[in-house]
Amino acid sequence: MYHWDFGALWTYRTLLISGLAYTLVFTVICVLLGLLVGLVTGIGRLSSNPFVTAPLRAYVELFRCTPVLVQLVWFYYALPVLTGIQISATVAATLCLSLYGGAFYSEIIRGGIISTDVGQIEAARALGMRQHQILQRIVLPQALKRMVPPLMSQSIMQLKNTSLLSVLAVPDLLYQGQVIAHETYRPLELYTFIAIAYFAVLLPITMWAKRLEFGAPVQEA
Amino acid sequence: MPKPVIDIGGLRKSFGAQSVLKGIALQVERGQVLALIGPSGSGKSTLLRCINLLTVPDAGHITVGDQSIAFNGRRTALPSARKLALFRASTGMVFQHFNLFSHMTALQNVMEGPLTVLRTPKEQATAEARQLLDKVGLLERADVYPDKLSGGQKQRVAIARALAMRPSVMLFDEATSALDPELVGEVLQVIRGLAREGMTMILVTHEIGFAREVADQVIFMREGVVAEAGPPANVIDQPQHDATRAFLGRFNASIATQRANTAS
Repeated sequence: MYHWDFGALWTYRTLLISGLAYTLVFTVICVLLGLLVGLVTGIGRLSSNPFVTAPLRAYVELFRCTPVLVQLVWFYYALPVLTGIQISATVAATLCLSLYGGAFYSEIIRGGIISTDVGQIEAARALGMRQHQILQRIVLPQALKRMVPPLMSQSIMQLKNTSLLSVLAVPDLLYQGQVIAHETYRPLELYTFIAIAYFAVLLPITMWAKRLEFGAPVQEA
Repeated sequence: MPKPVIDIGGLRKSFGAQSVLKGIALQVERGQVLALIGPSGSGKSTLLRCINLLTVPDAGHITVGDQSIAFNGRRTALPSARKLALFRASTGMVFQHFNLFSHMTALQNVMEGPLTVLRTPKEQATAEARQLLDKVGLLERADVYPDKLSGGQKQRVAIARALAMRPSVMLFDEATSALDPELVGEVLQVIRGLAREGMTMILVTHEIGFAREVADQVIFMREGVVAEAGPPANVIDQPQHDATRAFLGRFNASIATQRANTAS
């Protein structure tokens, strides 16, 4: 019978907390950068110019159709060889996860905008509203309501994806846990703790996202 | 003779290889009601959409009120977005599928044009919007969102929204075609009221009986041209062209049956 001993973790509490903090800060940075990339890409893809839309589409499909773990390893090992520029594991991971998230965000943003009822846009034009007024007063208020729930769940994915950073030895929560497990020979306690820590962070966020979803119903004409 | 409110000449529009309007000319005087009738695909909706420039014509000229605009077929010669918007603001458009802004209440829908386009102060816009909702019989539904309104109510809000811009002409694009039969009456009642008040209107409609009742002028369109035009007593009751007769055949037959039934 295995004798569980969580007491051993107490000694390493600062390391674990720093790992969790790293995970959270990293998530926030990658979510923000990803949203920025996603916004530019999503709106850019609505352009009528194929020289704008084709490369953006290629980017989105490339990142959506390859595993993020492969992308991470590729950014760290292959990209420096290709460009001749050495980058740290943290920079490679930030770049990779932001671009990966951006690809998914862009689809959500693009979808939210194009799903706006064409009839309402025509009605706004018929009133004499200008393009920017229509975007601001008619399209975006409705599109944002539709976008918030999928953007939230994509961001939650983004937090979970940061656990993959440990393969590049970025000191996130999982990586710190692995280090401690090697030192203490207590992997079962460590991985249980890590799972609980992720859960404790994500459960409230998920519940909050759910409330947003139901609190902001999209009215259909 | 007074200057017409709407004066259109030489209007042409093609979508790709398909020529939809092949040189249309028409005039509507202030306070007159023009009904556009004709089979599906005859170009009547496209003509209506050209009058407020939702569809930009290839050639021809359009005058609405004191604004004139001419088209010569070159993309580069298109009027500025600002001028197009200004032009549209002077015509009120009512759509087949209502097209209410679904994130706004009935009242906010009616206020939107005055607030953003005319820059009317909010208090004044609210007061005017409530007046218009009262006029279409929906004041008690002012704070309701479109998804809680019936089709007939939605269309009446849409009419109020168009009226809020104080347009010099109202355009109705098959305003009752998407409605359940029992809801058509309430919308026609509102249009009838506008006609009585002397609002200049162009109706694209399949309600031939209604067209005969309210229109001063009827145009029968076919394959992108005006096939027959004149007062309803001529075009609807005594059509001269075979195509008009064929199109109206079923309608006139049903009227004849009704009359026969009443007589017997």
